[in-house]
Amino acid sequence: MTRELTCIGCPMGCRISAEIQDGKIIKIEGNSCNVGKKYAEEELSCPKRMVTALVQVQGAREPLCVKTREPIEKRLIFDCLRELEKVSVVRPVHIGQIVLKNVCGTGVDVVATREYD
Amino acid sequence: MKQIDLLIIGGGPAGLAAAAAAYESGCRDMLILEREETLGGILKQCIHNGFGLHTFKEELTGPEYAQRYIDKILEYGIPYQTGAMVIEITPEKTVTCVSREKGLEQFSARAIILAMGCRERPRGSLGTPGWRCAGVYTAGTAQKFVNLQGLMPGKRVVILGSGDIGLIMARRMTFSGAEVLGCVELMPYSAGLKRNIVQCLDDFDIPLYLSHTVIDIEGKERLSGVTIAKVDGDLKPIPGTEIHFDCDTLLLSVGLIPENELSEMAGVKLSPATSGAIVDDRLMTSVEGIFSCGNVLHVHDLVDFVSQESARAGENAAAYLEGRLDICAQRIPVVAGSGVNALVPQYISQSANCPTTIMFRPRAVRKNAVVRVCVGDEELLRKKYRVLAPGEMVTMTLPADFMQRQAAQAQGAEVLVEVLE
Amino acid sequence: MLDVVIIGGGVVGCAVARELSRYDLRILLLEKTADICNGQSKANTAIVHGGYDAQPGTNKAKFNLLGNAMFEQICTELEVPFKRNGSLVVAFEGDDEQMIDRLFERGQENGVPGLSIIDREEILRREPNLNPTAKRALLVRNAGICCPYELTQAYAENAACNGAEFIREAEVTSILPNPQSGWLVRSMAGEFETRAVINCAGIYADKINDMVSQDHFSIHPRRGEYYIVDKKYAGKFTSTIFQIPTRLGKGILVAPTVDGTILLGPTADDIQDRDDTRSTAEGLKKVLAGAGKSWPELPGRAFITTFSGVRAHCDRDDFIIGEAKDAPLFFNAAGIESPGLSSAPAIADYLAKMVAKRLKAAQNPNFDPHRAAIPKFREMSCQERKLAIAKNPDFARIVCRCETVSEAEIRESIRRPVGARTVDGVKRRTRAGMGRCQAGFCTARVVEILCEELGKSPLEITKCGGESKMLTGFLFNRGGGEE
Repeated sequence: MTRELTCIGCPMGCRISAEIQDGKIIKIEGNSCNVGKKYAEEELSCPKRMVTALVQVQGAREPLCVKTREPIEKRLIFDCLRELEKVSVVRPVHIGQIVLKNVCGTGVDVVATREYD
Repeated sequence: MKQIDLLIIGGGPAGLAAAAAAYESGCRDMLILEREETLGGILKQCIHNGFGLHTFKEELTGPEYAQRYIDKILEYGIPYQTGAMVIEITPEKTVTCVSREKGLEQFSARAIILAMGCRERPRGSLGTPGWRCAGVYTAGTAQKFVNLQGLMPGKRVVILGSGDIGLIMARRMTFSGAEVLGCVELMPYSAGLKRNIVQCLDDFDIPLYLSHTVIDIEGKERLSGVTIAKVDGDLKPIPGTEIHFDCDTLLLSVGLIPENELSEMAGVKLSPATSGAIVDDRLMTSVEGIFSCGNVLHVHDLVDFVSQESARAGENAAAYLEGRLDICAQRIPVVAGSGVNALVPQYISQSANCPTTIMFRPRAVRKNAVVRVCVGDEELLRKKYRVLAPGEMVTMTLPADFMQRQAAQAQGAEVLVEVLE
Repeated sequence: MLDVVIIGGGVVGCAVARELSRYDLRILLLEKTADICNGQSKANTAIVHGGYDAQPGTNKAKFNLLGNAMFEQICTELEVPFKRNGSLVVAFEGDDEQMIDRLFERGQENGVPGLSIIDREEILRREPNLNPTAKRALLVRNAGICCPYELTQAYAENAACNGAEFIREAEVTSILPNPQSGWLVRSMAGEFETRAVINCAGIYADKINDMVSQDHFSIHPRRGEYYIVDKKYAGKFTSTIFQIPTRLGKGILVAPTVDGTILLGPTADDIQDRDDTRSTAEGLKKVLAGAGKSWPELPGRAFITTFSGVRAHCDRDDFIIGEAKDAPLFFNAAGIESPGLSSAPAIADYLAKMVAKRLKAAQNPNFDPHRAAIPKFREMSCQERKLAIAKNPDFARIVCRCETVSEAEIRESIRRPVGARTVDGVKRRTRAGMGRCQAGFCTARVVEILCEELGKSPLEITKCGGESKMLTGFLFNRGGGEE
């Protein structure tokens, strides 16, 4: 079986074809670099995504933008968003500050991505 | 009137990178004028990741990417003024600016870097039939509402156009609890980056309707639905292919237009292909001492390229101010051959002795294509591409010495860029 | 108790209110929608016609000619942009040439001053971008252009300053004879006893008339579609360019506006739904085909938007102006379609005098004919800008970049009498959002300013009233997040 993938590792968006036999990848083609190979392997076993989101700031309507420090499992995106919905941070917030630790038990922290005075 | 060496119009990614580079090249008497209340430009609302892979070798969000440059500006102590709207630039480089703090100010600048960015193409220019109801927004307006103001523009969304902001907003609206019913693209290919199709549409099973367009916008007051239809080879809707969506929001991501009203006031000549200034390899416009970079010059797909290009504009502006830029040098034209659109720069000066970057957009999707750059009969570069698409800019770097070659020295020489099948 | 209730806040209703405010009368204007100038008056070709077109002896002919001559004075008093740019009715084909003679003769009969017929050479000297196959043209020197919404708003503001009251979102549901006063007007905003009623209800004027009179007429909606061309092309045409009129209307025009844009249109299609201001694929195609005949080099990328308006065409094919035969002190200004804008000052003058006489009204000793326009930052000199900012720093905050509209102008448009309540209301009063980006940049800020000025939540702000909400919710719905 051949699976066609578009690498999201960088904006080049390489078209990768991966040949799978007995649930194992036996050949990966079309990637321009190692990122593509890793992406294909991961995408076919346990796809991951960075999640960027907005969280509430106490006493303000303007939200704070945040991200998962590392990609998390794709299937956990909406669980992650639901957890973030419960977060309400107190300002000031600095870029890189942890907003939520170990989101959904992934071991990945969610951090602020802007300065918020 | 205040005398100043360098004025940078715009404090977004282009203006910030240009300012930092100008400083690094020795310029000290300079000022950034930014119309919004904070620096960062459109990156402030681009809270998704995917920025900076080329520049910082890591994946940043828009605000993080902007902050890296803002930190540089602060570190260098480059002066900037926010809430400052430039309302006029003359060919003599007199700049009029208004701000709440300082009122109306006039500057006489020795050099100017235009870094005003671009705007989104609105619904009106499409001539889409239907009602002019509430609920039709450009994707960027919706992005501002959600990401900066915490306001939701709608609950059930259709997106017209597959530009990157539209794709990004498909995901953002989904994350924010809205339902995105589909993304409708007139052309047979997407206008946005492939990775955005995957992670903004495919990941959430949002259908992409290629070769479709919106043919009716319904709702007397608030949008209540849209009808889309497949289009034929001439991009005309095909009767019988209509699909109707009940929705309260239509987001448009149908193109970006460089915002060159100020450039035109300054007498800067524009290219119909890019809607930006005509520049040489130093990014100098048709007006001596006025440089242009970033999305006001031509619409980029990646901010990293905006920063790179703008840094060159900053370096060259600094060189110009020190009299190090040979402005009398002969310039040879760079010509867009078959398959090449929105080519920048349009001229290369014969004094160029550093690698010269040429950027363009392919006219159509091409598989296994070759891009060739020639000067006269001499081939300078040839590069193979597995896929070329109008949504993705092609960058070619010419060798540093090519201007010294015989063919470049010949009378009537020109650089030809073309896509070969 | 009131003396006069005016139904309808279009150009005619607002002009009547202003002219009546010269008298010592208690005046109330009721507007059905969220804002004045929300129907035909906002969506038309913005032209002050010369008056050659109407059948001699009709109200259209009479009021057009009278109204046309009043524009300098009215627009000076009310500080409304107006320009006598002249118009050309151009003949391109054989039969059309004879039509030029017929129109010239009709114009003479109507008493239109300064008409002449010019040949190709003179046409192209005046309008070098016009299709060179033009054969002859009727030159109408007294024709002009005016901003229809600013005129309507100016009339309303001036009327309000002179004592007239305005209520919006006040659809009239019935009008009953009332022994105490004369009439009882029931509306969505309450009941009002009044001595006189003036029907200026535009596309619904027949429905209002039916409430009190057996002398029926009917209004047939006739839609006109338009394109707007970017200001970049200002100066391509000086005069308003007409083609030979047809049974349904005056054909597709190329019409420069006082704001520098160019209107292309309108079509003329009879429709069923009176509020159907949709644009259609066929209509827009017709506009381009028609405009292309006058302007062969019409640039394809030049459009900033499309719009359409519905004309209140009357089955009597003329304006109906005056007191209803069977309903004393009920007056009509009905069937007002083109040349309605041109005629509005004269219709208002005529009706106000008639009503005042019937009510034996005294003069209003405090009447002030002058209304100051909202200062336009874009039109100020450098020195004027400095002064304006020194007085009010909000002038230095440019909200709409395309049209250079400052925050000061937007705030003032909301604070004025009969001020803006909606995003479109701000747009019509200031031009914020009318430029080439079509509100892409300024929408969010305009919503914020409306909230601040009106003390409302962003979720309450509408584009044009009713259910036209701009936003559907807050990102975080848990409350307590608001500042």
